[in-house]
Amino acid sequence: MIAGILNFFDALIATIRDVLPIVAIIFGFQLFVLRRRIPNLQQLLIGFAFVIVGLAFFLQGLEQALFPLGKMMAEQLTAPTFLGIDSTADTYTPDWHYYVWVYIFAAAIGFSTTIAEPSLIAVAIMANQVSGGAVGIRGLRVAVAIGVSIGIALGTYRIVSGTPLHYYIIAGYVVVMMQTLVTPKTIVALAYDSGGVTTSTVTVPLVTALGLGLASNIPGRNPLLDGFGLIAFASLFPIMSVMAYAQLSEWYANRIKKQRLDSQEE
Amino acid sequence: MDSVKDLMPIIVVIGFFQLVVLRQPIPNLADLLIGTTLVVVGLTLFIYGLKTGLFPIGETMAHGFARKGSIFWLLTFAFALGFGTTVAEPALIAVAAEAGKIAAAGHMIENTEVAIADYANGLRLTVALSVGLAILVGVLRIIRGWPLHFLIIGGYAGVVLMTGFAPPEIIGIAYDSGGVTTSTITVPLVTALGVGLSSSVHGRNPLTDGFGLVAFASLTPMIFVMGYGMLL
Repeated sequence: MIAGILNFFDALIATIRDVLPIVAIIFGFQLFVLRRRIPNLQQLLIGFAFVIVGLAFFLQGLEQALFPLGKMMAEQLTAPTFLGIDSTADTYTPDWHYYVWVYIFAAAIGFSTTIAEPSLIAVAIMANQVSGGAVGIRGLRVAVAIGVSIGIALGTYRIVSGTPLHYYIIAGYVVVMMQTLVTPKTIVALAYDSGGVTTSTVTVPLVTALGLGLASNIPGRNPLLDGFGLIAFASLFPIMSVMAYAQLSEWYANRIKKQRLDSQEE
Repeated sequence: MDSVKDLMPIIVVIGFFQLVVLRQPIPNLADLLIGTTLVVVGLTLFIYGLKTGLFPIGETMAHGFARKGSIFWLLTFAFALGFGTTVAEPALIAVAAEAGKIAAAGHMIENTEVAIADYANGLRLTVALSVGLAILVGVLRIIRGWPLHFLIIGGYAGVVLMTGFAPPEIIGIAYDSGGVTTSTITVPLVTALGVGLSSSVHGRNPLTDGFGLVAFASLTPMIFVMGYGMLL
């Protein structure tokens, strides 16, 4: 119990250290450049305090409960015995059926950690406010989470197969550009942003453990070189899934409108 | 109790894999329960603080700069916010240290602790610089009303071009560095800044123009890290 409290204080101090430069910049500019009193200062400070304490609780809870278990699972699922790897063999041809659980785990952990990602919640709340409710908070988060889960599953396949990372990413860029041409303009900026926000406090540690576990156990892969790249996948695929979500909902809205017009004509 | 719903998927996934796939009991159930409770409480507090603290300050400052009308100070603020929040980012510090080891293993730098630490620090400054520039250009875009996709496509072209020249060892870490730079506190602030600016500059739409700053901030580090790998 005492250890838990001490750990919490460590987490709290670490969070305060992270927030300090931001607070210094904000108040510095507010006082010396804008030279205005901050409206509702008291409320803002309380809000900041909530953010700091909330994040400290959040990180402490993750460290205590989910990260150890999640990392252990990533290690067990990528262990040579589980994957059916003969460590004495010189040549190695991956047998897809040993890896099915790895891919399913990658997709599932990508989806579930993204749903809990605080910065994505923030962007979804903002998008909902700005669009006057047209962009649903849950809808956007699920669309992003589906993108991350596809991305991470494909990323683990890349590590298993040992194909170069940049082929996948460049192909992804081409798809994103083509989608940009046909997606409703209002959603494009939001879709691009959702790529960057998906990977922070919850997703990165678990996904990194998975990538490093795979790259260090599969013969011929170097964890230093092949262990990376999953985050890149996780930040590219949500862009596609959010634009796809916008296209689908536009298509659906148009269909309903058309049906209504048709029934009026009859 | 929304936070409980947010956390359910992780609990289901971990429970399913532990019990059904790996067929092992869940260790330290008490620790797990306490930890999950902490996460739920933390997330609830964070979201409350977001709405009362981070969002309002971001928008207030955006309106303040728009009223002041000095582009110079606005851009300085944008750069300082991007640079200052990134340089101390724990995820970036971890990635930079990892990159130092890769560079030493690939004989790009000497395999001594000093050389590795220098390399990691240089990389951190490079990424922070690139995020600062990204926010600066992104804010300029909102003021001028440039279409976002031209800049993003230009950025993609830059990434592809640099990939052709950068040493292969650096590519994985460069691509990943784009995703890890934007932290949980930076994202809401920068989003609120963008939305606030686009609602106070005449002729801008918060939805089409206000977003996009985070996208920039995750694109430029990829280009700059590959550039760093080429120079050293």
